[in-house]
Amino acid sequence: MFLSLAIVAQIIVAVLLIIALMVGNAVVMVYMERKVAGFIQRRPGPYEVGPYGTLQAICDSMKLLAKQLYRPGNVDLILYYLAPILAFFPVLLLYLPIPFGPYLTALPVGDGVILILAFAGLGVLSNLLAGWSSNNKYSLLGAARAVSQTVAYEIPMILALLAVVFLSGSTDLKVVTDQQGPWPWQWNIVLQPLAFFIYLVSLVGETNRAPFDLPEAESELAAGFHTEYSGMGFALFFLSEYANMLLVSFVAAVFFLGGYKGPIADGFWWIFIKAYALMFFMVWIRWTFPRVRFDQLLNINWKWLLPLGLFNLWLTAAVIKVAF
Amino acid sequence: MTFGSLNFVNPFGVWENPGSTAGDFYAVNFEKKAVSGRVILNLGPQHPSTHGVLRVLVELDGEYVARAEPVLGYLHRMHEKMGEVKTPWQFIPNMGRVDYLHPLAWNWAFVGAAEKLAGLTVPERAEYLRVIGCELNRIGSHLLWWGAFVMDLGGFTPILYAFEEREKINDILQIITGSRLTMANFRFGGVCADADERFFRLCAEFIPYLRERLKMYKGLVTDNVILRRRLEGIGPIDVDLCQRYGATGPILRAAGLARDTRKDYPYGVYPKLDFPIPTGPINDSFGRYLVRLAEIETSLSIIEQAIKDIPQGPIIMDKAPKATWKLPAGESYFTVEGARGQIAAHITSDGGKNPYRVKLRAPGFSNLSLFAEAAKGTLLADAIAILGSLDLVIPEIDR
Repeated sequence: MFLSLAIVAQIIVAVLLIIALMVGNAVVMVYMERKVAGFIQRRPGPYEVGPYGTLQAICDSMKLLAKQLYRPGNVDLILYYLAPILAFFPVLLLYLPIPFGPYLTALPVGDGVILILAFAGLGVLSNLLAGWSSNNKYSLLGAARAVSQTVAYEIPMILALLAVVFLSGSTDLKVVTDQQGPWPWQWNIVLQPLAFFIYLVSLVGETNRAPFDLPEAESELAAGFHTEYSGMGFALFFLSEYANMLLVSFVAAVFFLGGYKGPIADGFWWIFIKAYALMFFMVWIRWTFPRVRFDQLLNINWKWLLPLGLFNLWLTAAVIKVAF
Repeated sequence: MTFGSLNFVNPFGVWENPGSTAGDFYAVNFEKKAVSGRVILNLGPQHPSTHGVLRVLVELDGEYVARAEPVLGYLHRMHEKMGEVKTPWQFIPNMGRVDYLHPLAWNWAFVGAAEKLAGLTVPERAEYLRVIGCELNRIGSHLLWWGAFVMDLGGFTPILYAFEEREKINDILQIITGSRLTMANFRFGGVCADADERFFRLCAEFIPYLRERLKMYKGLVTDNVILRRRLEGIGPIDVDLCQRYGATGPILRAAGLARDTRKDYPYGVYPKLDFPIPTGPINDSFGRYLVRLAEIETSLSIIEQAIKDIPQGPIIMDKAPKATWKLPAGESYFTVEGARGQIAAHITSDGGKNPYRVKLRAPGFSNLSLFAEAAKGTLLADAIAILGSLDLVIPEIDR
């Protein structure tokens, strides 16, 4: 691709907007998570700071900014400080190929889904580095879990997305969106319900959210791979977790729920509504279910999701071959 | 280490140098038996799921627990010694602090032992009030255990539901005990305060309410497939193991042996009340879970009968002992059924101002001893589930 000045400027502006989106999303999600948790647990949730507690997330982030960066003894300094940064930055790139609207894509690359899947795997590296460099056994156990979990859950995720790619014949997210209609029955979820189900399960596993939050299983490993991080180190992990959640929700919205298309007026609002509905679903199950055990987690993946994904892929390919 | 050096720190440093003197007495001794290639993990005393200050040394082979050893003493407050330097009257409030989840049963153990030694008779109304308080307390204890146990398994919501019920129980018990946590309304020869009409009304309202809620808990938590997969077949503890370690209470009953101090060594007005002893269909963690939920039902039916049968009359005997009361010389031993098992107090008195010796039997101590055997060969997550299923209250274990 020829890197003209215009494209560079476009990318810079896009990255700045994406950072704003990530931070804004974290603020919204912290509030939403706590309010929904409060609703589920029959308590008010935050209500003291600002109207209905809406400024609580801002105060929390101020606290995290102002906190001392405590560093335990005998950590591996370079990796220890590199890990949170590595957790944060690959997520930025993942937002580039997502079509937010008919003409609103940060970087319209042809192989958007490949870019996303390639860089999504990078996030686990930061977990591994954080766990390794912290010089803490809980962190190390959490890191070991994070690696095997994320690697395992990427495969059914790819299989689920590949089925949709087969269907639309393109790896371009814009093309995938354009082939779906504005109404719910014209979305890919109708044609690929099994793929959507597989994606939904592996999305929870991929983002390390409860009930699959084993890398940071609180009751077993204190806080898993980020046990030894405080202040902004912790905040960056936190931010990237929410950014990852938003990203996989966007991808689900694009691939299965018609992306920016909606019954009334196409636009970025539709993709945001769909993504946040999925985020609400993730918050809901987090506060409802107990955590699975680690071997059960891997069994769900290798014994159920992977064969189902392969079967679904084969079925899709066969149907396409026969029908077209 | 200076900034910029790429000196990788080995997180397994401890077991690579078995001769090192790093760590305390327990850790050093535990490491001596460690197999190379395994990690020694220190769970606690500050850990989210040891509920207090229990410390467990664990030797991990991957994520499998090869060996586990509980280390006690982080909450030792010398309650038994305090029994020797206080008059019996002064010592009653201590009992609420031994086990803050079931204080009234501890009250009863000590007061009962003293009454047995001095041959005091308790009015019947006081006996009924003791039973009602004790059973309400047991429900509160089991509910809190239920919430905390599900939290150990990663479900955060149930503990807040459990606290809602526990608050109601505390509201009721506040009327007769005056406090919400470390209750001490037992006196030698009776109780200190009578129950009013509001107490009985709240009790009568609470029983059907909790039965409704228990149905909801069954649908929300007990029948949850993740919870069942996490608990079924995990940490089986058979009768033989229980008897070797002296485990009592729901753990023994889940193992299949119907032993209950309320039936085996009847005290108070329990012989007049009709209640079953729930025994578990299975002896694993899920069986212990079911037994405790069944015990909540049993306690509810006991309270129901007690409210119906409670007579009018005095709540404390005539010429009840005062603060300067001296125990007669002799020994006595009194056991009651606590939420965690058999609670007992053994008083030896030489007739002086203070007892010569007070020995408290805490069920949690024996139950915890099982953990090392039950957790062997399980996954770390299962070990946490087993630890939770033993229902430990650390202040009671350390006393």
